[in-house]
Amino acid sequence: MAKLEYAPAPESRAIVDIASSYGLFIGGEFVGPVDGTPFKTVNPATEEVLAEVSAAGPADVDNAVAAARRAYDRVWSKLTGRDRGKYLFRIARILQERSRELAVLESIDNGKPIRESRDVDVPLVAAHFFYYAGWADKLAYAGFGPDPKPHGVAGQVIPWNFPLLMLAWKIAPALAAGNTVVLKPAETTPLTALLFAEICQQADLPPGVVNIVTGAGETGRALVEHPDVDKVAFTGSTEVGKQIARSIAGSAKKATLELGGKAANIVFDDAPIDQAVEGIVNGIFFNQGHVCCAGSRLLVQESVSDELMNRLKRRLTTLRVGDPLDKNTDIGAINSAEQLARIRELSEVGEAEGAQRWSPPCELPDRGYWFPPTLFTGVSQAHRIAREEIFGPVLSVLTFRTPAEAVEKANNTPYGLSAGVWTDKGSRILWMAQQLRAGVVWANTFNRFDPTSPFGGYKESGYGREGGRHGLGAYLR
Amino acid sequence: MSERLAVKKTYKLYIGGAFPRSESGRSYEITDSRGRFLANAAMASRKDARDAVVAARKAFGAWSAATAYNRGQILYRVAEVMEGRRSQFVDEVASGEGVSRSRAEKVVDEAIDRWVWYAGWSDKIAQVAGSSNPVAGPYFDFSVPEPTGVVAILAPQASSLLGLTSVLAPAVVSGNTAVVLAAEARPLPAITLAEALATSDVPGGVVNLLTGRTAEVAPWLASHMDVNAIDLTGVAGDEEQARTLETEAAENLKRVLRPAATEPDWTSEPGLDRLTYYLETKTVWHPVGV
Repeated sequence: MAKLEYAPAPESRAIVDIASSYGLFIGGEFVGPVDGTPFKTVNPATEEVLAEVSAAGPADVDNAVAAARRAYDRVWSKLTGRDRGKYLFRIARILQERSRELAVLESIDNGKPIRESRDVDVPLVAAHFFYYAGWADKLAYAGFGPDPKPHGVAGQVIPWNFPLLMLAWKIAPALAAGNTVVLKPAETTPLTALLFAEICQQADLPPGVVNIVTGAGETGRALVEHPDVDKVAFTGSTEVGKQIARSIAGSAKKATLELGGKAANIVFDDAPIDQAVEGIVNGIFFNQGHVCCAGSRLLVQESVSDELMNRLKRRLTTLRVGDPLDKNTDIGAINSAEQLARIRELSEVGEAEGAQRWSPPCELPDRGYWFPPTLFTGVSQAHRIAREEIFGPVLSVLTFRTPAEAVEKANNTPYGLSAGVWTDKGSRILWMAQQLRAGVVWANTFNRFDPTSPFGGYKESGYGREGGRHGLGAYLR
Repeated sequence: MSERLAVKKTYKLYIGGAFPRSESGRSYEITDSRGRFLANAAMASRKDARDAVVAARKAFGAWSAATAYNRGQILYRVAEVMEGRRSQFVDEVASGEGVSRSRAEKVVDEAIDRWVWYAGWSDKIAQVAGSSNPVAGPYFDFSVPEPTGVVAILAPQASSLLGLTSVLAPAVVSGNTAVVLAAEARPLPAITLAEALATSDVPGGVVNLLTGRTAEVAPWLASHMDVNAIDLTGVAGDEEQARTLETEAAENLKRVLRPAATEPDWTSEPGLDRLTYYLETKTVWHPVGV
């Protein structure tokens, strides 16, 4: 099947206005850093410098936490749930009004295709605020006792793969429950969080209720370890999640950790095969595979393995890799040089350990960070590419014969975030769903998200849930 | 005619449904609240702790897959068997905790009733903690609570039976299996409870009970990579030890139930926190269509 040639259809950048430099958003205003240092954020598709941003130092973090505490004590904890909810509704509406601008900025700073930022990320962001807005005046009915209370100040640290969506997952339930927040966006993707700060200003959100401190790991550590932070919420790597768990040991801080994964996507011989192929592609190539719940281990029943692999390879030849702002693009840029190096390293290990590597013929742009969609077949469970999170567009394919073997292999990981099951048989879906030790199980679909649907991991994929009533509970005591 | 010479009980560990001595061959002296000798209890070692975790892991599959109705009946059966041994529990609580007989009777009654309370939760908690989620798309989306896995429990030091019941029952009712380290100085009611469990259709390995030194055994449980959660109640009041154990537990991201500053009052109604603490939420997306 030849790839149809499409004319370029770039989304206009004119809608976004990126400043040359940004301060920190503390107490409702953008302020220069006290002891922070500037760093640059780049467009991963072109390596063009987009803006200079401030890495908040300990004194800056201290100021942000103090602003959040003041706002909590003086304003936010005294507001009625109804009014908190109305602020969140306002924010949801402004997010919808400025949705295209947010989508374009997200694609520029992150490298993800505009089709995803426009059709998935930003609509889910608005939906998340809309959902939690409605909870703010109904906390007594949420099943956490007659008079649940917020924790106080929440320190939140989010990753670069879904910058604005992770912000929404963190801030919306925190504010609905009555907490104030200090949020640190990822080092490589700070811009949409800073635009969100502007949206908070437009919504007249009381100063200090939301504070945004940009920076890298050190800033995050200062925030998590700050003695006046009551609740920690982190999405990121399992390694950092463990550091956080250690650093808050013995304190009164509560934590929600949403960490890594190595999800099995399991295809049985009776699965609708074309749908399964689409699901596999969506499972691992959505967002360049920069997804903690990505279906990075394909487990396919031996009897359909050859046919499935043929169809999958044919499908991969039609994927368009390139300009994130082009509306035809399926796979955008890898978010950073560092991440690209990790994907390359693990892929080389995969080859060295004896798995067979395959990518479709695929022209990559000269500048920027790019990696072609890649399959590994002949993978054994002992291979590093079957055990470690690659966080890129790399799929490891294993086979199985019986359902019991599929379960055994799927669960043979310290992670437990998600799993997929493809079969025509309803009773098998539910049986598999029971056996899989994972927080989210997608049957005949993959990578679906919704604000009403609790999301989070088993085992070393972390603890606590985000989304739904469960996600609200994480911000109440 | 002389008075009959009593037959005294040997207090042992409870691992995988059997009652072994410590593999280390060690024991330690248990006295009543006035320092008079009561018994020698087994002093569990690292090896015993690891054996207990293996037994708990082995039992997890079947116990977590048992129907909620079945688990509820078994927990209720524990209460029935305890009722039959009531006077033995009263003796042990009275001597170990140094309380009057009437006070000990109240404590034992409360402990038995607590098993009944938790037994009833087995087939209700999923309806309280689960949900169906109205997602914006053609999917039936539901969330169910599932047991976390193997739970290590440092039982409270003061309340040797009611406290123990209050930390153990909420872990196992939902399908978790447990390794319990009994109150160090007052382990006798725990062993007697193990005997009740062994005759209550609780499958071997679902509850494993160790006696010995908290400071020696707890670190092995906190750092064990096949333990999914740990309850630190038994080190309440010792902040340094609690912090160390929580730090160890981070290595495989155990769910850590932190101890209160002082041991709680176990007589008040427990609420759901302990039960829900050892539950994971699983969300399943299923397409809807013809």
